[in-house]
Amino acid sequence: MAMDLPDITDQNFDEEVLKSALPVLIDFWAAWCVPCRMIAPTVEEIAETHKEKLKVGKMNVDENMKTPGKYGIRGIPTLLLFKGGELKETMVGVQSKDKIIEVISRHL
Amino acid sequence: MTAGETHDVVIIGAGPAGLAAALYTGRGRRQPIVLEKAIPGGQILMTDWVENYPGFPEGIAPFDLTERFRKQAEKFGARVETDEVRSIRREEDVWMVAGQSREYRGRAVIIASGASHRKLGVPNEERLTGRGVSYCATCDGPFFRDAVVAVVGGGDNALTEAIMLTKFCRKLYVIHRRDEFRAIKILQERLLSNPKAEVLWDSVVESIEGEKGLERAIIRNIKENRTSELPLDGLFVSIGLDPHTGFVRGLVEINSWGEIKVDSRMATSQPGIFAAGDVADACPKQVAVAVGAGVNAALSVNDYLESRG
Repeated sequence: MAMDLPDITDQNFDEEVLKSALPVLIDFWAAWCVPCRMIAPTVEEIAETHKEKLKVGKMNVDENMKTPGKYGIRGIPTLLLFKGGELKETMVGVQSKDKIIEVISRHL
Repeated sequence: MTAGETHDVVIIGAGPAGLAAALYTGRGRRQPIVLEKAIPGGQILMTDWVENYPGFPEGIAPFDLTERFRKQAEKFGARVETDEVRSIRREEDVWMVAGQSREYRGRAVIIASGASHRKLGVPNEERLTGRGVSYCATCDGPFFRDAVVAVVGGGDNALTEAIMLTKFCRKLYVIHRRDEFRAIKILQERLLSNPKAEVLWDSVVESIEGEKGLERAIIRNIKENRTSELPLDGLFVSIGLDPHTGFVRGLVEINSWGEIKVDSRMATSQPGIFAAGDVADACPKQVAVAVGAGVNAALSVNDYLESRG
């Protein structure tokens, strides 16, 4: 299932995430991961409702191996929240929308 | 919150049980509404291949199978909506099903909300989830190429995951608390004939350890009552299911496993509320059983609504 969120890659990670003025939420996913499809619509909704305060992107772990490796990701879906170039939050597995919003709101 | 029209039947969950119930109540011209919190299909979507559903001798991808269930139900008037049910309460002669976004009024309700994986309940489990500890081999297996992994459990799901993981890993342990598997024989044969696989019988995981990610598990052999350290990159937990019943706690009777008690026609302890699939007792956790139970519940709903005019 294709997501409409912008792609974050190993190549643009520094520019798009670490140097971003806004906090960034990244959804790590892969085509073979069904729970990733389950969480995708929720992440897209959050991207829409929080677009003033938050940048949201997705990273395909099949095509990008460096960044997931760097942050020790061995399970998907995983959501990482970065602010000011630092990793602030890690959420593993399918989460409810309320839960994601609660966690990211601590940093917005 | 507005409830709007009264539905003949509100079905909670769009897995195999809920979609089969939707098909049969749809054909009963009851225009069922099916509430699904994520995407239609249910837990079977976590498997990589279904080869035990009758009618598909070559097997079928779980998503393709459940999409067929959904299309067939919709063909006969079922409507699937995305909403997560929070509670159910009685209001005069209808049940008010409260979702996240609105309420749904139903003359009858079929609970087919399914279940999710049970946790080990050992220290560090939460912290190491997604960092070596996983509950879904099809999701996370590819992260463990050439790694040493273990599966905890001895049922069909545990052995299916173990066999699937041997495609990726270098060495696979199966940690099982008994001295024999509960899983069906064909899966046992496949596992035991795989040179990468080794079974640790009579064993339980006592704790798991690791700094940035999982590094080892402490295994206790419960027959000999001794512990040993097992270095691991990955640990896949498949020790059973927790039924999703939070929204009906105190409303319908629940058994000691946390499943909703039903009679032979899938009726719960509340008139007009039926349950089917993994959330109900007396249902072995199989797609074909869930489908049968969903059909049974639907026929009971059709009779129930008929009798009330």
